[in-house]
Amino acid sequence: VYHVFESVAKKYDVMNDSMSLGVHRVWKDILMHKMNPFPGTLLLDVAGGTGDIAFRFINYVRSVRERQLQQKLKHHQNLSWQEISESYQEDKSKSLGDSQVVVCDINKEMLKVGKQKAQHLGYSEGLSWVLGNAEELPFDDDKFDVYTIAFGIRNVTRIDLALEEAYRVLKPGGRFLCLEFSHVSNPVLSRLYDLYSFQVIPVLGEVIAGDWKSYQYLVESIRRFPPQEEFKAMIEDAGFFKVDYQNLNSGIVAIHSGFKL
Amino acid sequence: MLRRAARAGVPLLRGGLGSPGTCPFPGPAGPVLLPLLPAGRACPSRAEPRARPGHGGGEEEEEEAEGRYGPYPGHIATSPLQKALLAAGSAVMALCDPYRHDMVAVLGETTGCFALPNLRDKMKHHPEGYRILQERPRIRLSTLDMARLRGLPDGTLGREYVRFLEDNKVSPDTRMPPKFVDDEELAYVIQRYREVHDLMHTLLGMPTNMLGEVVVKWFEAVQTGLPMCVLGAAFGPVRLSARKLRVLATDLVPWAIRSGRNASCILNVYYEQRWEQPVESLREEIGIFPPPAIRV
Repeated sequence: VYHVFESVAKKYDVMNDSMSLGVHRVWKDILMHKMNPFPGTLLLDVAGGTGDIAFRFINYVRSVRERQLQQKLKHHQNLSWQEISESYQEDKSKSLGDSQVVVCDINKEMLKVGKQKAQHLGYSEGLSWVLGNAEELPFDDDKFDVYTIAFGIRNVTRIDLALEEAYRVLKPGGRFLCLEFSHVSNPVLSRLYDLYSFQVIPVLGEVIAGDWKSYQYLVESIRRFPPQEEFKAMIEDAGFFKVDYQNLNSGIVAIHSGFKL
Repeated sequence: MLRRAARAGVPLLRGGLGSPGTCPFPGPAGPVLLPLLPAGRACPSRAEPRARPGHGGGEEEEEEAEGRYGPYPGHIATSPLQKALLAAGSAVMALCDPYRHDMVAVLGETTGCFALPNLRDKMKHHPEGYRILQERPRIRLSTLDMARLRGLPDGTLGREYVRFLEDNKVSPDTRMPPKFVDDEELAYVIQRYREVHDLMHTLLGMPTNMLGEVVVKWFEAVQTGLPMCVLGAAFGPVRLSARKLRVLATDLVPWAIRSGRNASCILNVYYEQRWEQPVESLREEIGIFPPPAIRV
């Protein structure tokens, strides 16, 4: 799996846009809305490679923070100018409000591309990049408020271990969120989806990235992944409560969510 | 559906019935001996791969030990739809990014379904060509004795070929192996065509700059009829300056076409046995007219 992503890293984002016709952006936005983080949240994004989830998190928290500040200003109407400007400065230094996101990926190339993107897009604070394996995370217990893994868990060899690690590093009350390709139950859509996956996607891989086989692997790994209910059971086995899933696009993609209590 | 899948080796997954079967394998850094789906192999049920994810590595080794499936190593099975998509996509990509030589190669493979059998038949009906098809010589740095070729007198094919490689800083090893040609003899034919391309440059006296490449493409288009050559010849000039276009149109292309028509099939020459032959004599034998005295 490592080698697949080594060759795939540079063209990852271009391929994602071409294969999903840009829809993957919508899926990730929905994930972020579901998470609904507030300033001060500590997020661990596993298999987060090129940083899509991390950047969205920062944007979301920033906008929530701005709204918070605006609300605060409204209540400050009786204060003197001196006091207002002081509180302004204090808040400005915390534009993210102590939120932080740690991006963890097993692949150096993906992290490299992510860091370059961050620099290019101007994200500097609140981001950390860590090399690590989802089956054995280099973090202490009970550290994070939210754990996300977007389109990464199907590439993990031992999914159960990854889920156990997720449980371990989350704080009590923490949330597990997984965005992943899943199973389409609608037979008509399923046929079309299969046709598209097996006929078009490897061709796109060959033409855009010069790599047929990695994308054939991708399509096959999607088929191998457990369907919604079975994955839900696996998450429950790891110790999570209130496990639920939400199908997007009739099951092409699903968001599974669970809480550590 | 099954027959078609078995022929193309395409995954049996249509309408969500079976599972694709084989386990994941790493992306290739070099030539890969594992085709995607061995044609005769049964696809395991959907439950199996999930239940034993750890067996991925084991199955892979077993496949490699058993030898290659498919017509030749590196073959990727494709359905007609995929070939059509590949042809269109590679054509667009080759135009957009001329440095994507792999796209030119893919275009040649996916569109050569009529020209390649034609070439193969031409080779079969010619004594030298037939021998080439039997013996399957490959032009590679490992098979060429560069020192010996360099030592040959000036004007001989071997000496001029080595000079061409060194002047233009190219190597015969950079030719892509075929992936999408389904017949292994035709795959050899296209491989031979690619490897002989540099010799064409030598015989035509054309360097590897854009202008030289276009001239060689015109020659090859007339000779082989490969759609990729025709497209390359037609669209290649798009990126040339006006002055070069004029030279191309007035002198080089007419000469290339005349030579291409007059010459016998270039794939029917056993070049490896003719290193000592002077280039001029070989040109005459094949039927290539002397190149115009223009600085390309």
